[in-house]
Amino acid sequence: MAPAVFLLLVWMLVPLITTLFFSFKKYLPLRGDELGKGLDWVGFENYSRFLNSSSFWPSVQTTLLIVGSVLVITVVLGVLLALLLDQPMWGQGIVRILIISPFFVMPTVSALVWKNMFMDSNYGLFAHLWRFFGAEPVQWLSQSSIESIIMIVSWQWLPFATLILLTAIQSLDSEQLEASEMDGAPVLKRFWYIILPHLGRAITVVILIQTIFLLAVFAEIFVTTGGAFGSRTLTYLIFQRVLESQNVGLGSAGGVYAIILANIVALFLMRIVGKNLDQ
Amino acid sequence: MGQIVLKKVQKKFDDVEVIPPLDLTIEDGEFTVFVGPSGCGKSTLLRLIAGLEDVTAGSIEIDGKEAADLPPAKRGLSMVFQSYALYPHMSVRKNIAFPLKMAKMDSAEIKKRVEAAAEVLNLTSYLDRRPGQLSGGQRQRVAIGRSIVREPSAFLFDEPLSNLDAALRVGMRMEISELHKRLDTTMVYVTHDQVEAMTMADKIVVLQAGVVEQVGSPLDLYHSPKNKFVAGFIGSPKMNLIEGDEAKKHNAQTIGIRPEHIAVADGNGEWSGVVGVSEHLGSDTFFHVHDTGLADMITVRVEGDVGLKYGDKINLSPRQDLIHKFDQQGDRIV
Ligand SMILES: Nc1ncnc2c1ncn2[C@@H]1O[C@H](COP(=O)(O)OP(=O)(O)OP(=O)(O)O)[C@@H](O)[C@H]1O
Ligand SMILES: [Mg+2]
Repeated sequence: MAPAVFLLLVWMLVPLITTLFFSFKKYLPLRGDELGKGLDWVGFENYSRFLNSSSFWPSVQTTLLIVGSVLVITVVLGVLLALLLDQPMWGQGIVRILIISPFFVMPTVSALVWKNMFMDSNYGLFAHLWRFFGAEPVQWLSQSSIESIIMIVSWQWLPFATLILLTAIQSLDSEQLEASEMDGAPVLKRFWYIILPHLGRAITVVILIQTIFLLAVFAEIFVTTGGAFGSRTLTYLIFQRVLESQNVGLGSAGGVYAIILANIVALFLMRIVGKNLDQ
Repeated sequence: MGQIVLKKVQKKFDDVEVIPPLDLTIEDGEFTVFVGPSGCGKSTLLRLIAGLEDVTAGSIEIDGKEAADLPPAKRGLSMVFQSYALYPHMSVRKNIAFPLKMAKMDSAEIKKRVEAAAEVLNLTSYLDRRPGQLSGGQRQRVAIGRSIVREPSAFLFDEPLSNLDAALRVGMRMEISELHKRLDTTMVYVTHDQVEAMTMADKIVVLQAGVVEQVGSPLDLYHSPKNKFVAGFIGSPKMNLIEGDEAKKHNAQTIGIRPEHIAVADGNGEWSGVVGVSEHLGSDTFFHVHDTGLADMITVRVEGDVGLKYGDKINLSPRQDLIHKFDQQGDRIV
């Protein structure tokens, strides 16, 4: 027990402390700042600069928009898909594997596939489809950049949601459904009063786990829009500050804000859905 | 209200015929029990009546109206499941109110009915608990409550007591019987426990492999079983079935004699054997008698305690007027 706790502490504390340390320092490697020569203490200057930069609030908004939309899409579609997959059908095993497979594709790869195969405005599949119906192809990544990213990320996370929800549906006692059928509940009411409450806990788990990963979505943006056209999330902004502007101090302050944001979101979610967990 | 008539009802799962065409009438207000060994199709038959399974062929009439094509909710029946099938996320109150809510009854009326049902079933102080916080017997009562509020024309029970311990089972048995007397509604009750069947039923339907072997009152079945199967199934301990020379003396292929109809003779009884295991119940003693030359084992019921031990010699005299005779096909000879 003790070594594990120690390892975990080191694992988590070291990056956290380094981030905190840098966030109070002026550290611009390209301007000649070096760790070895010692860094200037600048107090909360990095924090106020990060907060007051014109890109901060839009990036928080973008982050929340992407996380929120992906959660809604994956949970709603996940429930529907799980209901469908639960029906007995021909080739069930293969269909299930196909549904799960996007989860095994690396984010970078899937984003590239979406970008080139579907969303390219000249030779992408969507462009062909639009032209087939006589419409002007959409410049997906520039005109609807956030929607495009939401689409890609949802596609990646849908299998996860579906899988968890499917196992939950399969654990529902069929006698409960039969009882409600005898009690006079038609299909939609059976879904609303019996299946959905039964899924409550699984939906909570999906939401909490996905939130953790979605707050840190990066590769999908890096590969597609590169943060342009209003698709810059907080994570991406920090990446730009550190690597593109080579301002480690400012980026670290952003990192601390990201931690705070994640905690606010987590607190908020636990308030709404957390009570489903303790039954 | 609540007559159920099955005409040539047949059920196949894929190609397996679980219920060959079967006719059965359940009269209004009757307490009918389906008994039979495990896998004989009792649940399937009940589920056909409920509408949870579709009939392969035949018709089901409820109160004179054809119901085989109606969905379960439209048949005016309610069912209590073996697993109770309560809704775990709803309070007891909401569970009981659920069918009424689905029928869009107004909330004042719902409240009245739920509370009346809770009163009858001693659930008043548990109305705001979740099913998970109740004991097995209480859950069972909630399930019954949920089924009575709707005032169905018949109740269907599928082994409702099999998850309860023995003492509770006896108690609930009485409660259900009392409920039947009070409501005077048709009840169809599935069990594989013949004691439940004997004590509760107005009419027992004995099933074997989907075939109705005999229909009759508990005492009918006890006194004049139609065939060997019913004879062996009804009664506890089981009737002794004897073949061979002894049966030939009675001009039968098989004769049957119940353990309670064999007396222990002092001197020279008709049969004799050696005492094997004896089961002492206090009021009665059951002796397993071996080496009689009649069958592997003859069970004998004796009132009170007789001082016989393992290995003792025993003389038996069966009551001649209570010997059942069966022919080659296993049917009763009258
Ligand atoms: N959905 C189904 N598909 C295929 N076969 C089934 C199905 N349901 C039941 N059976 C078969 O039908 C037969 C009767 O089953 P049923 O459940 O009615 O038995 P039962 O008399 O209720 O037994 P028990 O006392 O064990 O509950 C069994 O042989 C069972 O295997
Ligand atoms: Mg059964």
